[in-house]
Amino acid sequence: MAGSDRQIEHLLRRAGFGARPDELSLYGAMSTTQAASALVDYDATPDTVDSKIGSPGYVGTTVTGGAFSPQSNINHARQRWLFRMVHSDRPLQEKMTLFWHNHFATGYNKIAGALSAAEAARYMAAKASEDPGQVRGQIEMLRDNALGRFKDILLAIAKDTAMLVWLDGRTNTKAKPQENFGREVMELFTVGVGNYTESDVYAAARVFTGWNLQRPGSAADGSQHYEFVYNAGQHETTAKTFSFAVYPDGGKTIPARSAADGMQDGIDFINGLASHPNTARYLATKLYRFFVNEFGAVNVTFVSRVAQVYLQNGGDMKAVMREVLQSPELWDASAYFARYSWPAEFVARALKDIGWSGFSVNDALTPMSNMGQILYEPPDVSGWDAGQTWFSTSAMLARMNFASSLAGNQKFNLATAVKKANASSTPEALLAYFVDALVTAPMDPSVTVELSNYLHANGAWTGSDAQLQTKSPGVVHLIAGSPEYQFV
Amino acid sequence: MKVTRRQFVKGGVAAFTVTFAAPEFLSDLARAQGAHVRNLVVLYLSGGNDSLSMLAPYNDPFYASRRPTLAIPAGQVLQIGTDSSNVALGLHPRLAGLKQIFDQGRLAFIQRTGYANQSRSHFTGTDIWSTADPNNAQGLGWVGRYLDSLPSPVDPLVGWNTTGSLPHVLQGHTAVPAIASPSSYAFSSPNSGAEASAERATAVRIASHVPVDRPELAFVYGSTQAALATLDRVSTVASYRPSPAYPNTGFAQALQAVAGAMTKSIGTRIFYVTTGGFDTHSAQNVNAANGAYSNLMGTLNDGLLAFHNDLKAQGLLDDTLVLSFSEFGRRISENGSGGTDHGSASVMIAMGGKVKGGLYGTAPNLNMDPKNPTLENSNGDVTYETDFRSVYAQVLDSWLGTDSTKLLGGNFRKGGIGFI
Repeated sequence: MAGSDRQIEHLLRRAGFGARPDELSLYGAMSTTQAASALVDYDATPDTVDSKIGSPGYVGTTVTGGAFSPQSNINHARQRWLFRMVHSDRPLQEKMTLFWHNHFATGYNKIAGALSAAEAARYMAAKASEDPGQVRGQIEMLRDNALGRFKDILLAIAKDTAMLVWLDGRTNTKAKPQENFGREVMELFTVGVGNYTESDVYAAARVFTGWNLQRPGSAADGSQHYEFVYNAGQHETTAKTFSFAVYPDGGKTIPARSAADGMQDGIDFINGLASHPNTARYLATKLYRFFVNEFGAVNVTFVSRVAQVYLQNGGDMKAVMREVLQSPELWDASAYFARYSWPAEFVARALKDIGWSGFSVNDALTPMSNMGQILYEPPDVSGWDAGQTWFSTSAMLARMNFASSLAGNQKFNLATAVKKANASSTPEALLAYFVDALVTAPMDPSVTVELSNYLHANGAWTGSDAQLQTKSPGVVHLIAGSPEYQFV
Repeated sequence: MKVTRRQFVKGGVAAFTVTFAAPEFLSDLARAQGAHVRNLVVLYLSGGNDSLSMLAPYNDPFYASRRPTLAIPAGQVLQIGTDSSNVALGLHPRLAGLKQIFDQGRLAFIQRTGYANQSRSHFTGTDIWSTADPNNAQGLGWVGRYLDSLPSPVDPLVGWNTTGSLPHVLQGHTAVPAIASPSSYAFSSPNSGAEASAERATAVRIASHVPVDRPELAFVYGSTQAALATLDRVSTVASYRPSPAYPNTGFAQALQAVAGAMTKSIGTRIFYVTTGGFDTHSAQNVNAANGAYSNLMGTLNDGLLAFHNDLKAQGLLDDTLVLSFSEFGRRISENGSGGTDHGSASVMIAMGGKVKGGLYGTAPNLNMDPKNPTLENSNGDVTYETDFRSVYAQVLDSWLGTDSTKLLGGNFRKGGIGFI
């Protein structure tokens, strides 16, 4: 990894989950503009990552009893997603999927309580190709649409089985409109708090009356499943007036319609929300925080420009992300390491930096929970709090301890790599090797001195295998567990 | 994602104390000599508690008519008397333990607590209750501000947050460790023996080089330093084995750790615990034995009762105040999903050996008369009677012995709710 392009690493930390050696070679041969394009135009890269699960040379997975079943076992689904974060050749697709997961934050547990554990995993994580009822789970839908048009994503979310359970849309009926989805679709998914009124919430609930679930298919062959249905008999047909424009002509009222045509209410409303300037700004702000910079105030120039790109391109997220990844704000020196890594980012990057051969992503799940992030289980519909909230004392300990267990797991690989790189002759050579392999936010010289002192502690340097197998994981533990490494 | 919330630190940890003198372990002796400390346990009921199902005005005819499936029948509630407006009130049937504590005069309910134009958003609502500032709900937490007001150096273990991440109520310039489980709060190493010791010593020394000119990085240094500085004291709590054992819920286990920290006298005075699942939009099932709301009440009751009994046995009940809050109450009328939507004013609970138990404030009248002063939002929601900051004021003034007007930015003291 020595001598690699720091710009490309910065890009891959943001648009992906860090850089494997092969990713560094691939993208390192490109200009930053070319690399950004290649990341955005990921459709050109075959999506074969899932077929690699269980193959030698990749990070492992652990299955106790039965087959690997991410379509019905949430633990397996979590392992599959971590596997993709490490090994996908479409890093931006995985990163955007995580962004949308946080944006449309839906939690497995409530669905498991309402249906069953296996059903909840199915509606969150199944791929249509592996489900007898062709169910596509929410995260798979988001993955497929990761750079689609926002209004399409929003409509798909409104009809998503897991979402209809999570925010109770399945029980939204004419006689008793259910406000949960109606509120959050404005507060958290589109225009943001402060841009709608309480009476808008009641109107939005009425818009989605009858957006419920049905259960077709056969129990015998496993194809029986819940899916969206527009239940005309449960739709409230009167007009719905909002405090903001729903239509391009400025119209604020969704007209009264027959029950048969009433599904159009929701489509009109979703299109109105998706094309609302406040939605453009709300998304641009979140993208700034997630991809560009978490420090200081939000850059209003960026937000205005990206919001404009969003509106001019009909909410096409591919156009938006092309702008984000080429924005001067991302490439400004102040943006380097100006984000607190999410636990998923930290874990995937540590695996890419330290090594994965012989490690199972299953052993990252409990540590990630202690770090504050369980995939498919955001704390609530507003997603993870992120930023400094990731860095409570116990969460920081969990990061240090994960660094410890991964470094210990990789100690032979680490020692071998040091020897191969001719970095075993002195403690300083070994330290230089690992400081280069595990790129961190700039370390104060006093920190580097402490690391060096550690390598010198407990006896003279011999460079023996035993010493390399002790000191390499020791110093990797300290670097990956350092505050500086927690930034991306 | 609360973007503005992150800005709260802005160099805050630069003030983090690098050299804290470890407290002297005199508390056991002091306690044996009759000294008392004052512990505060802040309890957050996450999701918006339906207080009408917790403390039911069971004789109000509109209670039954507006909640055809959710109202608890008069014959099922645990009757605890009438409030000053002569409304008969009863606890949810699953709150038998709380009734015991109430009967012993150590549990207070403060009814209709809230604020004007109450937010129905979980997130804004929680921010407001956490900051005690409806006008600037992105500021520091009210308990965080209290910790910041303590004379330095502040013990890095003065607060103990039993959840994995920092709740807004504790946000301040004083770092509060998050210790979800004392037994896993430890430093591991890929090596053993002298090498493991060298790693830990190095980590401690690295953490001492706080980069004061880089506030975001300094924040992470602050967390690292606080973790390493508290590990050994926290590990003493892991060995706490109360008898009888606490229930095996996350909530009760957190309370057990709190009791352990008090018993082992490790210096912590402010604790934060939470129990969630109160966002009961559907299938609230107040009356079924294992219904959703019954389970919520069961968790609350069993955890608090175990905690109460443990503290009482340890002679610590008089040193402890538990204060609950939730972001809002719920809509009065049930919805079509057998649940309740986001509402307004709610009920706060205070428990402790120095609490003057009883029913404070008055219950809402649930009738649909447009002139009904106890309701708002077209009679859909309960109007607040006591500003929640008046409750906080009393805790700050009468329990923590500080000046509430400074910490709350105004005088919210109010008569008639003297529960401490």
